Amino acid sequence: MLAKRIIPCLDVNAGRVVKGVNFVELRDAGDPVEVARRYDEQGADEITFLDITASSDDRNIILHVVEQVAEQVFIPLTVGGGVRCVDDVRRLLNAGADKVSMNTAAVNNPQLVADAAGKVGSQCIVVAIDAKQVAPGKWEVFTHGGRNRTGLDAIEWAQKVASLGAGEILLTSMDRDGTKNGFDLGLTRAVSDAISIPVIASGGVGNLDHLADGVTLGRADAVLAASIFHFGDHTVREAKELMRARGIEVRL
Amino acid sequence: MNKVAIIDYGMGNLRSVAKAIEHVAADTQVVVTADPADVRAADRVVFPGQGAMPDCMRELDARGLRPAVLEAARNKPFLGICIGQQMLFEHSQEGDVPGLCVFKGEVRRFPDDRMVGADGARLKVPHMGWNEVWQKRPHPLWANIPDGARFYYVHSYYVDPADPAIVAATTDYGIPFTGAVAQANIFAVQFHPEKSAEAGLQLLSNFMSWKP
Repeated sequence: MLAKRIIPCLDVNAGRVVKGVNFVELRDAGDPVEVARRYDEQGADEITFLDITASSDDRNIILHVVEQVAEQVFIPLTVGGGVRCVDDVRRLLNAGADKVSMNTAAVNNPQLVADAAGKVGSQCIVVAIDAKQVAPGKWEVFTHGGRNRTGLDAIEWAQKVASLGAGEILLTSMDRDGTKNGFDLGLTRAVSDAISIPVIASGGVGNLDHLADGVTLGRADAVLAASIFHFGDHTVREAKELMRARGIEVRL
Repeated sequence: MNKVAIIDYGMGNLRSVAKAIEHVAADTQVVVTADPADVRAADRVVFPGQGAMPDCMRELDARGLRPAVLEAARNKPFLGICIGQQMLFEHSQEGDVPGLCVFKGEVRRFPDDRMVGADGARLKVPHMGWNEVWQKRPHPLWANIPDGARFYYVHSYYVDPADPAIVAATTDYGIPFTGAVAQANIFAVQFHPEKSAEAGLQLLSNFMSWKP
């Protein structure tokens, strides 16, 4: 049976991992290669890098990070943040990314999803959707970290990008992100049930049961978390052991 | 010096395959190449592929690589990966294109009406993630890899060989499908060994020492 995936997410700023990664015995907690290797050793199924570099001068640094990680870590790598055109997608894939995620650029120009999928294949294209609840059973797509509303309904947008050729959806609840209260399971399930491509649940994980809930109640195909793993509270292996104990198929 | 050629016809990133082979095989020269002469000079050949099979077939021919690929598939250790496996067959439903006809059989899309899991939930396509690979017969490339080990898959189409004897592994996803085929000097897999952690590295290591 296909295993549900656990995906640690790393924020990278100008080539360094930020958000206080705190592994025991790690020489340099800011080195993306070391952090990625540690997650690989713990059994992470994929790793996602979110490039939050603000300065455009430093934008190419992420390419070197991806190159270095891909030389040493042999699991799938997804990279997002600042992807604006098909050339950006190509550059990241050539550096060693397996998938590239796009968010604002897809909202501004949905044709980019189709163009990119047409050039590099749907399997490489992830559309990241940041959603906020606006009414019972209704969520709206936001961009710029939840500041800008788009007027797009999250479920309809997910269906649209899937039809344009996205291979996967990274779905983040802006209501839950950073709260540690667990995924927005209603949002996750509504989107997952509405589309035939995989959905990664994100935003709000505070304990290991939240990850399992994302799969069992939210029907997510994969779960993404950052802080729960970064601060050394839990390892990926612990998460998988708990998920297996709750009857979820995992790679252990 | 063991020389391996990774055939580059412009479809996707081949760096990961090259790095994974370098990682497992010391004293190896890895060339990522679009030059038929390099393919002919290599001791072993890796034939990868990403994206859509019609594009892959077109780009292969645009670079004049078809004869070199067919020659390698006849006479040296040959590893097909993902679309590189699919292209070895006669025909694909994806874009209704002919393949290289090394093996008889069809490349099919997962049937929408069968994509239901044991729990009744819909199985998503692409089939993306780590799934169990069940070995159907002994083979040197399975050395030190447990039966049922998980490998990383990402695909919407799979090969359906006419000759069941070439099936080296199956995986279950709504239906049982062929995950690997083997015949003489050819081994070809739908999953990505270069992205499959220890199991994948072991398979690549086995390939690099394989003497068919």
